[in-house]
Amino acid sequence: MLQEKADLPAAPAPRRGGTPPSGLYRALQVFGELLLTAGVVLLLFVAWQLWWTNLDADARQREVVRDFAQDLAGHQSALPAANTGVAGSAGQVSGSRSPGSKGSAKPAAVAPEPAPGTTIGVVYVPRFGADYTRPVVQGTTPEVLDSLGLGHYAGTAMPGAAGNFALAGHRQTHGAVLDNIDALVPGDRIYVQTREGYYIYRFRNSEIVLPTATDVLLPVPARPAATPTESYLTMTSCNPRFGSQERIIAYSLLERWQPASAGPPAEIAGQVARTLGDG
Amino acid sequence: MYGWIFSKLPGPLWLRIVTSLVLLGGVLVLMVQFLFPWMAQFSPFTDSTIGLARHP
Repeated sequence: MLQEKADLPAAPAPRRGGTPPSGLYRALQVFGELLLTAGVVLLLFVAWQLWWTNLDADARQREVVRDFAQDLAGHQSALPAANTGVAGSAGQVSGSRSPGSKGSAKPAAVAPEPAPGTTIGVVYVPRFGADYTRPVVQGTTPEVLDSLGLGHYAGTAMPGAAGNFALAGHRQTHGAVLDNIDALVPGDRIYVQTREGYYIYRFRNSEIVLPTATDVLLPVPARPAATPTESYLTMTSCNPRFGSQERIIAYSLLERWQPASAGPPAEIAGQVARTLGDG
Repeated sequence: MYGWIFSKLPGPLWLRIVTSLVLLGGVLVLMVQFLFPWMAQFSPFTDSTIGLARHP
């Protein structure tokens, strides 16, 4: 310290011309500038993580939804036009809980599991906002979750099948697709639109578990030996917000199903029209 | 350090200011493209899956 004090008063003067600054002064200056740089880089990283990744992921996900809508438009024009209004209205609550037993005469159509990175469909959750339209993509790798939307756990059931259609999504950053997962109220509808049709799930309950609790992904969640007779939707995300010590799990049950030819359920009809209109 | 780099840039003052802004922009792009995605693996926000180890 004494050494510095002796050097410092003399140091600024030589910079204006005259004798060059001492080596210690220079080293201190470079060290200080590096520290300032590190601080700025860390602040920029925080801004990138908390703000920019959301903009980036939102744009990517809109693109994925648009591609899906385009694909769907091509797919549906190939089908015979059969918009005969077979299925009931969206508000209809079926008494029976087995998949596809009411609302449509046939059991729910089940698509095969696609290749990783392929779009399975689009999820609408009115509780998350009237404009909540997020893609579901096969796989739960960072490439999927960080930019493409909700990820479907490989090996779990597809929508409509007896078993567990399990999805993961970020609570914060990268689009924060499941930020409001804790706001779901039992009875809330979660709509999954695929090429086959609309799967209407009803949120039942949520729980907070440790990150290692893989039994939430079982065909019947948390029942290792059980054979599934119903169709579950399980969504997993970080808990708490901005943390990863736990996972928050939201369980829903398939309420009914309607084929694409029956058109969208009334509650999300406007949203679907907007989404498809983008295509 | 930065003063030294600035003094080594060629051209008149306005050109050196422009050059340093371009250099800063380039560094920012490199950070967003490579450094930040790498740093993200150390942040806790992105663990939303069950039972899967963090992918480095």
